[in-house]
Amino acid sequence: MARKLENDCENCPIHNIDHLTKLGVDMEGYNFIVALAGNPNTGKSTIFNNLTGLRQYTGNWPGKTVSRAEGGFEYSSNKYKLVDLPGTYSLLSTSTDEEVARNFILFGQPDVTVIVVDSTKLERNLNLVLQILEITDRAVLCLNLIDEAERKKITIDERALSKKLGIPVVPTAARSRKGIDNLLKYIHEVASGEYVCKPYRIKGYTKKIKSSIYELTNKIKIAYPTLPNARWVALRLLEGDQKMIDSVKNGDIGKVVSTQKTKMSEAI
Amino acid sequence: MNVEKKYMNEKIEDILAFAETARWKLGENFHDHIVESIFSHANKISKEVVTVDKEQDRSGWELSLDKIVTSRILGFPIMFILLAGVFWLTIEGANYPSSMLASLLLDKLHPILREFSVSMGTPNFITGLFIDGAYLAMAWVVSVMLPPMAIFFPLFTLLEDFGYLPRVAFNMDRLFQKAGAHGKQALTMSMGFGCNAAGVIAARIIDSPRERLIAIITNNFSLCNGRWPTQILIASIFIGSLVPSYLAGLASAAAVVSIALLGIFLSLISSWALSKTVLKGEASAFSLELPPYRPPRILQTLYTSLIDRTIFVLWRAIVFAVPAGMVIWLVANVSIGGESIAEFLIQFFDPFALFIGLNGVILLAYIIAIPANEIVIPTILMLTVMVAGITDVGQGSGVMFELESISETGTILKAGGWTVLTGINIMLFSLIHNPCSTTIYTIYKETGSVKWTVFASILPVALGIIVCFLVAQFWFIFA
Repeated sequence: MARKLENDCENCPIHNIDHLTKLGVDMEGYNFIVALAGNPNTGKSTIFNNLTGLRQYTGNWPGKTVSRAEGGFEYSSNKYKLVDLPGTYSLLSTSTDEEVARNFILFGQPDVTVIVVDSTKLERNLNLVLQILEITDRAVLCLNLIDEAERKKITIDERALSKKLGIPVVPTAARSRKGIDNLLKYIHEVASGEYVCKPYRIKGYTKKIKSSIYELTNKIKIAYPTLPNARWVALRLLEGDQKMIDSVKNGDIGKVVSTQKTKMSEAI
Repeated sequence: MNVEKKYMNEKIEDILAFAETARWKLGENFHDHIVESIFSHANKISKEVVTVDKEQDRSGWELSLDKIVTSRILGFPIMFILLAGVFWLTIEGANYPSSMLASLLLDKLHPILREFSVSMGTPNFITGLFIDGAYLAMAWVVSVMLPPMAIFFPLFTLLEDFGYLPRVAFNMDRLFQKAGAHGKQALTMSMGFGCNAAGVIAARIIDSPRERLIAIITNNFSLCNGRWPTQILIASIFIGSLVPSYLAGLASAAAVVSIALLGIFLSLISSWALSKTVLKGEASAFSLELPPYRPPRILQTLYTSLIDRTIFVLWRAIVFAVPAGMVIWLVANVSIGGESIAEFLIQFFDPFALFIGLNGVILLAYIIAIPANEIVIPTILMLTVMVAGITDVGQGSGVMFELESISETGTILKAGGWTVLTGINIMLFSLIHNPCSTTIYTIYKETGSVKWTVFASILPVALGIIVCFLVAQFWFIFA
């Protein structure tokens, strides 16, 4: 009985939200990097402001965040650096703001990527979610605007979704701060390795495609042993993504990886 | 090291060569295949986890509302009526608090401060510079600007929060496309209605450098915060007085909206002209998602619009008004050969200024007010009093004086030789002149080019002089 009570305390949002300290622009000595990604106008900046206490401009307006914004927060005695990425519809095309997002998730190697989706438009938002899950192993899905979905009588089976995607799924209504405590809990669990993600990967390619992907991925892995997303780079090369071809040609891929590594070790 | 580098290069070439041959084998539609499989997986997953209660689906009204506000026929009239409504509320609502603030800060507080300073034995020069210059400029800015901003910004933010602004952008998109500019320019233009410097930065959302440059250069035609109060005040004095008093508020609001629409029109025309001459090219396509309508959060809107916009803009105005107040006091009180610097400059500008339907006072005020559009009106009033030699207001020449109401401001301006033409032309010139120094600096930072910065600064002021000249000539002929 006593044990149960203790558990309830730990699960209680009021208990957990106490562990949040908004650090504003203070990002000194962070333990984890968290990226906020998602379609435009899903509330990334609102979540960013909620967690860091900063006041990034928000509004009912796609395309407010043009470059990435950074801030810090502390939760359960860990310091986090939070990066607000510009909203994008996909990681495949190449406008400047989409490239900012793609490069950060790919090369910035965030410890957790929080994918913020508009619950009223889950299907379209899932396109980006699936693409991000191709790149990263550690993600949390934030079903934002859940209050709006409720008003529109849309219900989402978040447990089934979480099971399907292999990552934690947290419903939130960031404008009224609902669900932020749970989001923090899962960010913490994924960052610390308590929760092990098994991200959904798209299967069902033909044999010919599969073997090409496999062979090319291996070649890339040998050339760049530290590159974490070799398979994704291979896919882009097979598609003929010119920017990716260029960054392999001039060795940018290698550079980004090595500078990132030194930055990481400095931080630790 | 070299060996290692060579080895690396071989590996890179191997990767690229493999990808190249594999691409041929996989065929052209490999990319489409990947995109399709992403879409079909997303569709499958969402079908499994999402249930929608169709009968209760409320997005129906959103769709019909969108059809109305973005319709080809009703879209623009609705835009016009909404904007006019916002201005009408602002004009009607700001008058009383403005005169209350003026009587408090100018009538009551100023003489007290002045007497205190004199009684402390402060030299006249110092009292003049700080009390009659800096303090009065600040007090003027607060009493003229705070009330309209405190009404206008919350209303505007409510429209934004509700989701109306992207619909405006959607309506405008067709027009920008035709002008050879990027459709997203409609968004940066809307940002410019708040602040041109913000609009210039927002142009980063446009990918093509050509179209981004067009958006930056033409952003100044969006009437910014600092210029709304000028428009509202002058329209109330000169346009409102042309009609019976019960229509005055409405007529003034319509005049301000017309100026704002003229700004949009000029922005389109100059974008078109630029894309046909120095910045040639095709318009690129983009997708704009109409966000859902969201019930505005009233309290939060009040808070953010007061803190982020009203106080921010007011603070900026005060920061610039204080030194400008000192400059005004100096040019009005330092004389060379029996004539103050201000009088000399005004007489110097007068011939040219009258020719384009303005006057020397206005031009001098615009030069003093380059740092911030907000202080144009206080500067003009102060200089007008001095030149017109009006003695029954204020404490003599070179003092920014107290005015209890808009009609009293009108009396001063008319005594200074202002006519309806001066009123119309200053509204036009306020729309079409060089950007403020902050915006000029921002343009330089964003473009990194002195050439384009100079161009973006000179183009509007040249256009403004031409427009004022034409209006004045028509006026002289027909009136």
